[in-house]
Amino acid sequence: MNQEQIQEQIASRFGAGAVQAAVMFRDQLTVQVPADQILDICRFLKEDPELSFDFLSFVGGVDRHPQTPRFEVVYQLSSLKQQHRFRIKVVIEEPEKGLAAVDSVTAIWPTADWHERETAEMFGITFKNHPDPRKLLLPDNWKIHPLRKDFPLYGTEEDTPDLPA
Amino acid sequence: MPEEATAQSGYHSEIMELNLGPHHPSTHGVFRAIVELDGEIVVNVVPHLGYLHRGYEKTCENKHYHQVIPLAERCDYMGASSNSLVFCLTMEKILDVKVPERAQVIRVIMAELSRIFSHLFWLGTHGHDVGAMTPLFYMLREREEIMNLFELTAGGRLMPNYLRIGGLIRDLEEGFVERLRDFTNHFDQRVDEYETLLTKNVIYIDRTKGIGILSLEDAIALGVSGPMIRASGLRWDIRKTEPYCGYENYDFDIPVETGCDVYSRYLVRVAEMRQSNRILKQALDRLPEGEIRARKAGVIFPPQEEIYTKMESLIHHFMLVVEGLRPPIGDFYQCIESPRGELGCYIVSDGGPRPYRLKWRAPAFVNLESLAKMAKGNFFADLIAILSSVDIVLAEVDR
Amino acid sequence: MGIERHLNDTVHVTNLEWLVNWARKSSMWPLGFGLACCALEMIATFVSRYDLARFGMEVARPSPRHADLMIVSGTASKKMIPAVRRIYEQMTEPKWVIAMGACACTGGIYKNYAVVQGIDRHLPVDVYIPGCPPRPEALLDGILQLHAKVMKEQSIHNPRIGKIKVVER
Repeated sequence: MNQEQIQEQIASRFGAGAVQAAVMFRDQLTVQVPADQILDICRFLKEDPELSFDFLSFVGGVDRHPQTPRFEVVYQLSSLKQQHRFRIKVVIEEPEKGLAAVDSVTAIWPTADWHERETAEMFGITFKNHPDPRKLLLPDNWKIHPLRKDFPLYGTEEDTPDLPA
Repeated sequence: MPEEATAQSGYHSEIMELNLGPHHPSTHGVFRAIVELDGEIVVNVVPHLGYLHRGYEKTCENKHYHQVIPLAERCDYMGASSNSLVFCLTMEKILDVKVPERAQVIRVIMAELSRIFSHLFWLGTHGHDVGAMTPLFYMLREREEIMNLFELTAGGRLMPNYLRIGGLIRDLEEGFVERLRDFTNHFDQRVDEYETLLTKNVIYIDRTKGIGILSLEDAIALGVSGPMIRASGLRWDIRKTEPYCGYENYDFDIPVETGCDVYSRYLVRVAEMRQSNRILKQALDRLPEGEIRARKAGVIFPPQEEIYTKMESLIHHFMLVVEGLRPPIGDFYQCIESPRGELGCYIVSDGGPRPYRLKWRAPAFVNLESLAKMAKGNFFADLIAILSSVDIVLAEVDR
Repeated sequence: MGIERHLNDTVHVTNLEWLVNWARKSSMWPLGFGLACCALEMIATFVSRYDLARFGMEVARPSPRHADLMIVSGTASKKMIPAVRRIYEQMTEPKWVIAMGACACTGGIYKNYAVVQGIDRHLPVDVYIPGCPPRPEALLDGILQLHAKVMKEQSIHNPRIGKIKVVER
């Protein structure tokens, strides 16, 4: 199946509003879907026999500061049976107080566990219903989100101290 | 079982938590795990990562595209050329640049040499972890020969830093082709010798057969790729399914085993070394003459001779170094078959000279997720064997 | 001239400090503290091509209690520092530290929030070996410089242990 056909399948199953944006760049399509429908769409993408996206390559985040909405969460999927790849993303907003939130897809692809933990600590995104929402790579007592655009590369003395805990 | 023992004999037993690492001779780097043990049986393994987190993705957002290449090579320090290959391929797709034929063949040579390089070290340290200390010294001798070849390309023994966006930095030295041919001629016999050490060794088979079972459904669900999933029975190799760099023109097999255990992974990796040697021989035979870097003004570095003789090339080179190249706005994901699995690079470009976002899909990171599933129910000593069969490189896991 | 000649060169006359230093440098056991890529070049130095065994150093002990020399090879991230310090403290005197590679010397190419800009912020380093990664010959050169440094140490007159306080009863 080529990329546009997959997009049509999503649109026909979930309605035209499910495909909020579709950008084709160098033969790869990135489809933006609403954040509240991500679980249903992912389940459809995995279980539909013609699509059968059973392999999740990665879940990553992009920070578009100072644009709003601020964060994108990108899911790169591939199908081992049908030998095609696809990319969907959701765009989430950071509320006034608290962190941006999106559903976790760990129930559909267990591999998303560590990817989402890393994205959560690097960007400050909460993945709802994640089985183990702990920090993965950063020290436990650090309270920063390094991959945000407003975080300085060198860190700060208070937030990323060089002293042992 | 522990509950029955408690009821019968009145002993009180509980789960013991043992800290493994981060400084440990068998963890292949700074890897820490909290192992929950019931006697000698592993109940759960909780890895604690991040001891080699070097802020790679954030650093890349502050470097020009060409400056990312040495950083990328240090991500997976065992097969360094695979990393720069995936980055260069991603950028070439984004920039829509076609790499000349000679550069593609040399890139295949570097990629396969890196694969052999990485698998040799894996074999040596895996044998060391399981208790066989001899293979390590032979593998390291073999690796010295490959490091001589890397040194002939661009000077670095471990990180040759030889690939550039658009091709290679310079042509091969004189003598490289002859030395590589010598290497490929005797490498098959060497692999036969190494196999005599472990493949039919009763102690090794006892320690690795049936240990660390990862079924195919679990492997796909956990995102495992590379030799681990080929040892679980899936015939999947990105060099065959999504060929890059001209791999469709080479004739090689994909070794697949169905044992799903540590022994199968060993067999798959040894067979992969033989297939890589086969590809190297074919690449040497088809090495054409030609340029080693594409030509696209303002995007690819002009050839070195022209910089010294033509004004235009000098200006292009200057602008490229000082201001950086400006790719079109968009995002792209490219993956290759690294020695560990699906190595992917996702770049979001905003038109500026620096990557807006560079996401590195590291295969060792994803493969390590399967450790807990594989280790449950095995003895603690088997945990070491299972961990070494995952073939992790901590710099890739932690980035 | 000299007593040694008269005794047919079967006896070597020297001072005790020279002897102690010579013994220390001739069998200095390294702690293989391989953190990242430089560890591979360190391992390459141990095997037959560059052969660290001719200096008496092929016994690389994983346990810090048995080791004399800590070769910090690779990037020390800030999360790893408590472990590095604890291992250094567990080593028994006399002990030396070699910072191998650009990342251990000054942070290397990683100047960011997660990497310690030089292991000498936390440990007293004796020899710095630059390179990314340094060739095994460079590591051997650094080790020989360390041996020269050890030979010049005042090991008897000025012990490297800090002053021990005697508490009044």
